[in-house]
Amino acid sequence: MSTDYDVEKGDSVHPGKPVIVDRYTAGARVNHWITAVSLVLLALSGLALFHPSLFFLTGLFGGGPLTRIIHPWIGVLLFFSFFGLFLRFWKANLWKREDGTWLARLRDVLTGHEERLPDVGKYNAGQKFVFWSMSALIIVLITTGLIIWDQYFSLFTTIEQKRWAVLIHAIAAVCAISVWIIHVYAAIWVRGTIRAMTRGSVTGGWAWRHHRKWLRELVGRAPKGKSGNTPAE
Amino acid sequence: MFPPVPNPTTRPEPLKFGDQDLIRRSASTVTPPAQRQTEVAKLIDVSKCIGCKACQSACIEWNDTHPEMEINTGVYDNPHDLTPDMFTLMRFTEWENPETNNLEWLIRKDGCMHCEDPGCLKACPAPGAIVQFSNGIVDFIHENCIGCGYCIKGCPFNIPRISQVDHTAYKCTLCSDRIAVGQGPACAKACPTQAIVFGTKDEMKEHAAGRITDLKSRGFANAGLYDPPGVGGTHVMYVLHHADKPEIYADLPNNPKISPIVEAWKGVTKYAGLAVVGFAAAAGFMHYLVTGPNRVSEEDEEAAEKLTGEEPRP
Repeated sequence: MSTDYDVEKGDSVHPGKPVIVDRYTAGARVNHWITAVSLVLLALSGLALFHPSLFFLTGLFGGGPLTRIIHPWIGVLLFFSFFGLFLRFWKANLWKREDGTWLARLRDVLTGHEERLPDVGKYNAGQKFVFWSMSALIIVLITTGLIIWDQYFSLFTTIEQKRWAVLIHAIAAVCAISVWIIHVYAAIWVRGTIRAMTRGSVTGGWAWRHHRKWLRELVGRAPKGKSGNTPAE
Repeated sequence: MFPPVPNPTTRPEPLKFGDQDLIRRSASTVTPPAQRQTEVAKLIDVSKCIGCKACQSACIEWNDTHPEMEINTGVYDNPHDLTPDMFTLMRFTEWENPETNNLEWLIRKDGCMHCEDPGCLKACPAPGAIVQFSNGIVDFIHENCIGCGYCIKGCPFNIPRISQVDHTAYKCTLCSDRIAVGQGPACAKACPTQAIVFGTKDEMKEHAAGRITDLKSRGFANAGLYDPPGVGGTHVMYVLHHADKPEIYADLPNNPKISPIVEAWKGVTKYAGLAVVGFAAAAGFMHYLVTGPNRVSEEDEEAAEKLTGEEPRP
């Protein structure tokens, strides 16, 4: 068994020019994209009912009543899909000592001075922030969402509880959309990142630059010259 | 006696109000008409109600609803609550007056109050599903309703009900379709004791004042009109013999107003929410303009190759 604290199943290094590092298994990628599509659809249908100027978005879902019907079901799908991601990624997202240092030097992060940052594992503090805030927000959203899912659950709560639920649901959704913007922007800004979720791998240079500790760990346990091995588990 | 609304003519007449008289429309902005129509109101004199439920029957008849046959729950209320098919309900309360030790049977006809500041309309996300006419009537337009139930959260009186058949919200229309052709609401028409009367809001207040004087002369010192200012007044008002404690009438709210939670949700959250999302997107865009993409350098790749034991690049 591996004692590495943040190397996940399927992570491995393939020496070459350039070095290729497997970062996400096919299962993780499919899981991620189901979650991603659900989240985008939820945001669109939710915003449609959140602000009158965005009500036209209900047209994407076949009108107001259909939007009202579909939105909670996508929410259920997202919850279970994200739960899958949570089970895959939670361990590598546990907070580590270097994350505090990384966060304290956020200015260097944003200005692209990677050389002043500590080596980090599979995820940096920013990614961990996205992971944990999404986890918390999704729990809040599914809970409040069930409370205001009138068609099936209207009898289980009082009107006052529903009022709180709908307010908290709206605020949590705004936070989730903002976190999602940070997530997507970071993936675009940090070049070479998106292929991790499309092809499943990144270049060695990317891993060296952004997740050196993770790369060292992977290299340290994969015998040199034997490329394409699955992790020794 | 208040003169009853006369019977209509048999000749078709133009409607007395319509879409041009909207002062509020859910999830949309309307240009209010230059001239506001005379405000109408229904006055329910609780002290004159005999609990016959003729109003309920008239309501069912006119609106052609078919309330489910229910089981007696041990009280006179029938059905047990407002439903999508029962827009008005006589709520019976047995109240022991501590001052006189008399048992008083309080019968309040519950239903939409047609608030001047309607919480349902404020909460509604569907454009045009809830409208308010300049005469004060608040109406649900079913073809625009999406059945989300936000009106239920907005209402300070717990009135709207969602139909499990067509999944849209229902409540008393104040018989807007009858009033539009010069008739009074069906319930008022049917009431045998004139406990329910209909007219302009001013007429109703005047009529109520006479009733209140009468009640006071009969020993009901706290008799008064229920026209709660917290919702800007209502277009359905009550004469109560104990207006100082409306809650004894089957929990009629003492000082109803739109819940601050709903105000926060439909007020600051709505605008601040979009602003936060917009700010996040703008901040990302600006950051990109300033710093440009964060690219992996050749040196990074070489370092990784060295680490994995490859020969250095030529």
